[in-house]
Amino acid sequence: MLKIAVLVKYVPNRGGDPPEIGEEDFRLRREQPEAGLDPADEPGVELAVQLAERSGAEVTVVSMGSEAARPALVRALAMGADRGVLVCDDQLAGADVLATAKVLAAALGRDSFDLIVAGAESTDAATGTMPMTLAALLGLASATFARHVSLDGTRLSIERQTSYGHDVIECLLPALVGVTAAVAEPRYPSLRDTIRARSKPIEQLSLVDLGLSADDLRSAHAITSIDLAPEREAGEITEDVAQGVARIVEMLRQVQVM
Amino acid sequence: MARVVVFAEFDAQGALDTTTLENLTAARSLDSELCAVALGGHAAAAAATLAAYGADTIVVGDDSVFDEYMSEPAAFALEHVVGELEPELILFASSYDARDVAGRLQAALGCTLVSNVSEVLAVDRVRAVRALRLWPGRPGNLRGGVGGAKAIEVLRTGPGPMIVLTTAAATAPSPSQGRGHVGDLAVKVPDSCRRVRRVSRHETTADGVKLEQAKVVISGGRGLEDPANFSLLRELAAAIGNAAVGATRPVVDAGWVPYSMQVGQTGKTVRPEIYVAVGVSGAAQHVVGMKGAHRVIAINTDRNAPIFQLADFGVVGDAAEVLKEVLRGLAGE
Repeated sequence: MLKIAVLVKYVPNRGGDPPEIGEEDFRLRREQPEAGLDPADEPGVELAVQLAERSGAEVTVVSMGSEAARPALVRALAMGADRGVLVCDDQLAGADVLATAKVLAAALGRDSFDLIVAGAESTDAATGTMPMTLAALLGLASATFARHVSLDGTRLSIERQTSYGHDVIECLLPALVGVTAAVAEPRYPSLRDTIRARSKPIEQLSLVDLGLSADDLRSAHAITSIDLAPEREAGEITEDVAQGVARIVEMLRQVQVM
Repeated sequence: MARVVVFAEFDAQGALDTTTLENLTAARSLDSELCAVALGGHAAAAAATLAAYGADTIVVGDDSVFDEYMSEPAAFALEHVVGELEPELILFASSYDARDVAGRLQAALGCTLVSNVSEVLAVDRVRAVRALRLWPGRPGNLRGGVGGAKAIEVLRTGPGPMIVLTTAAATAPSPSQGRGHVGDLAVKVPDSCRRVRRVSRHETTADGVKLEQAKVVISGGRGLEDPANFSLLRELAAAIGNAAVGATRPVVDAGWVPYSMQVGQTGKTVRPEIYVAVGVSGAAQHVVGMKGAHRVIAINTDRNAPIFQLADFGVVGDAAEVLKEVLRGLAGE
């Protein structure tokens, strides 16, 4: 049976808005009402579940995060994944992209997955390179920015988004596929699915379990300063469409004559 | 003298991407030896321009393997070049191809990587835009942006090199002749890198005004509700003249429009006279790419959308309806 892993991430800002931080301590208000499974990961979960529904695969969702990340895994399980793996260790706090890839490689390397699915970039950090680093660490091929994925036996064919259109690319499993939101419309789990998800297994692993130490994960860069960009002042807002249109036309005409 | 490597990207005719020229321009200020790496069938055609923008050496790998197979041949070639030159810094754009190659190269080199860089300050120091930097459960790192956008300074503290992915339009490109010594890539790509094959390309040619150069940028977001409504944005751009159409990441991700139209942290940075945000919520990721606009007009049905907090003028209303009226108004009806 095909074994599929999907990488998922817990983010505090599912809506993509900046999280609220204190103005003096720059610390995030942790009670984020929007926290949960990164919406950028949901199409990948949906794709994996659809592939499993067609071919009888087992879908494992894998996350690295704190204990707080558990609801993100539960959400993916409610969408139809079979089991979860959470790598959770105090020493992982602040892990950079290479450390994250190393940890996930170690977690995924304990099993032999045919297909690993990842989103294009997370809603919070938006680095956009971690899946490729992970694939290289695992010695896997990587087919990325997929807007459509089809699997015929062990042949993977994808439509890869490009700057001005798309390419069709293909490879053989095992492989990592990076997907965009266009790949599948995520389902909204029913209450019954959500309740059922709570009894699905989530394996929790520490760094020791993975044979890694904090030394293996030390970052080779440091943030030395942070500047807050100056805020723009909010201007006039109208709900009177006719008045609004007149004003927009006037502003655009001014630019036209410049 | 420190060495800097720039990964060159170019089209099927060998015409270089603007971001490559921007990276060369940025790298020239570092007082370093500048090496451009051009891989693909038309790499040789790109060499003269790379030299004209300051490359001292140009490594050309014109094997068709770089066009036929995704990311692994290029990452392999770059790993070889890095081994030979031992650069301090490797500059990439933020394109899909650049992210693929940079990600794999990071694994091969075990070095550090910084994305969304807006300014290269030194071979080991960069400024990056971060809408957010978050780590659940660890307050010390949970630093987001009030108003959505901020810059961080990042210093390499461990062994080199540092891989850097720059945002588009971070530096204005300008030519300045480098030594331009051209050499062939001195390694053959092994068959083990031939795994992900490009079967076909499907591209529409870009037309109209470039986003980075337009006086007016009209961007559409998910609030447009229907991909077909993008035609209204194009109509408006045509009616204004010297205007271009942009998009937010969610609608690019959803496949409504191509990546070349994306404005934001992982897309383009624009600084037009007027930025018209249509059905755009104002997510931090997007704001980073447009906050330099002289004036911002927002049209959104949601009175509480964050975009209104930074708009000079906002209309609460249905995007398609408002656009149609604006088109009529511009036509003098």
